[in-house]
Amino acid sequence: MLQQLFSKLGRRRSSKDVAKERLKLVLIHDRANVSPQFLEMVKGEIIKVIRNYMEIDEEALDIQLTKTVSEEGEGIVPALIANIPIKSVKSSGRSL
Amino acid sequence: MGEVIVITSGKGGVGKTTTAANLGTGLSLLGKKVVLVDTDIGLRNLDVVMGLENRIVYDLVDAVEGTCRLKQALIKDKRFDGLYLLPAAQTRDKNSITPEQMVKLCEDLSEEYDYIIIDCPAGIEQGFKNAIAGADRAVVITTPEVSAVRDADRIIGLLEANEIKNPALIVNRVRPDMVKKGDMMSIEDIIDILAIQLVGVVPDDENIIISTNRGEPAVSENKSMAGQAYRNITRRILGEDVPFMDLAGQGNFIAKVKKLFGFRSA
Ligand SMILES: Nc1ncnc2c1ncn2[C@@H]1O[C@H](COP(=O)(O)OP(=O)(O)OP(=O)(O)O)[C@@H](O)[C@H]1O
Ligand SMILES: [Mg+2]
Repeated sequence: MLQQLFSKLGRRRSSKDVAKERLKLVLIHDRANVSPQFLEMVKGEIIKVIRNYMEIDEEALDIQLTKTVSEEGEGIVPALIANIPIKSVKSSGRSL
Repeated sequence: MGEVIVITSGKGGVGKTTTAANLGTGLSLLGKKVVLVDTDIGLRNLDVVMGLENRIVYDLVDAVEGTCRLKQALIKDKRFDGLYLLPAAQTRDKNSITPEQMVKLCEDLSEEYDYIIIDCPAGIEQGFKNAIAGADRAVVITTPEVSAVRDADRIIGLLEANEIKNPALIVNRVRPDMVKKGDMMSIEDIIDILAIQLVGVVPDDENIIISTNRGEPAVSENKSMAGQAYRNITRRILGEDVPFMDLAGQGNFIAKVKKLFGFRSA
């Protein structure tokens, strides 16, 4: 009994915390994938902002929802990865 | 004008039929005129859970196709005043009816009844589409497990896409002992993830099996925790503000022990 108690207090995370974390991760993907417009919307907004500063190849712009290992080594975290080919930086960028 | 409430979940076996039976019976015990509609065509079960399986003559498909009049397909529950069941067809499939026919059926029933409780089949296919077609409100059932919560999230999205706003959540089969040990997600955890309004918490309770054995919904007897939980849910559905039961404390047991031993709780 006491031993059980101490193993609980120790390093092993409770299974419900593991469950919750896995759920959060899987739902980020489910929710983004269920709505195909979602990523398109994000893409549109990104283009709008970047367009103010540089000329980009909008056709070739690729954005994806993936997973990556977190920097703190806490396991897998969701990540938005965007690949945005730049054609040229606007001259106004120089004066900043 | 009655209100149409669909009981749905995505994942199978989480307690939709049990909830439909108990909520419907609970509402009739509070004096409402209620009809339970089983839309699980081919896998009907609400009849046996209600103990009305021997009284079926016509079913949902008969009523929709006009083989009989709607009234003829409704089974009156003699134990509970104002409670009726419209059983599903057993030898047909989910494509035997259309969402449009369900809308019409719900409209017809709302003229006579205060509440139309729709028991939805598992899944997101045709049966689900039929079940939600005529609904004004939805109650989403989940259990504290990863797969059930994930499917509930999907269902919530689909309900919203179908203009059924603000679904309410019931978390079924909660085991307080496991929650205390940190081996089951708590209600707070689930609400945190699904971000919808909670309408009830039902403990995992052997009395549900016993009452289902007898065909007598748990809500109608005073002994069980699950019965009490369903009575509370019924009143919340009617808009009453009923405090949530203490299922032996969703309290943070580990944190207390840690304090006791002088550990800092993380
Ligand atoms: N709170 C509870 N405690 C114990 N057993 C329960 C509880 N709720 C449901 N059950 C049991 O779980 C099983 C599945 O319940 P039920 O048939 O209501 O689920 P369902 O969601 O309608 O399933 P399906 O998707 O197949 O239609 C039944 O055997 C039922 O008795
Ligand atoms: Mg069922």
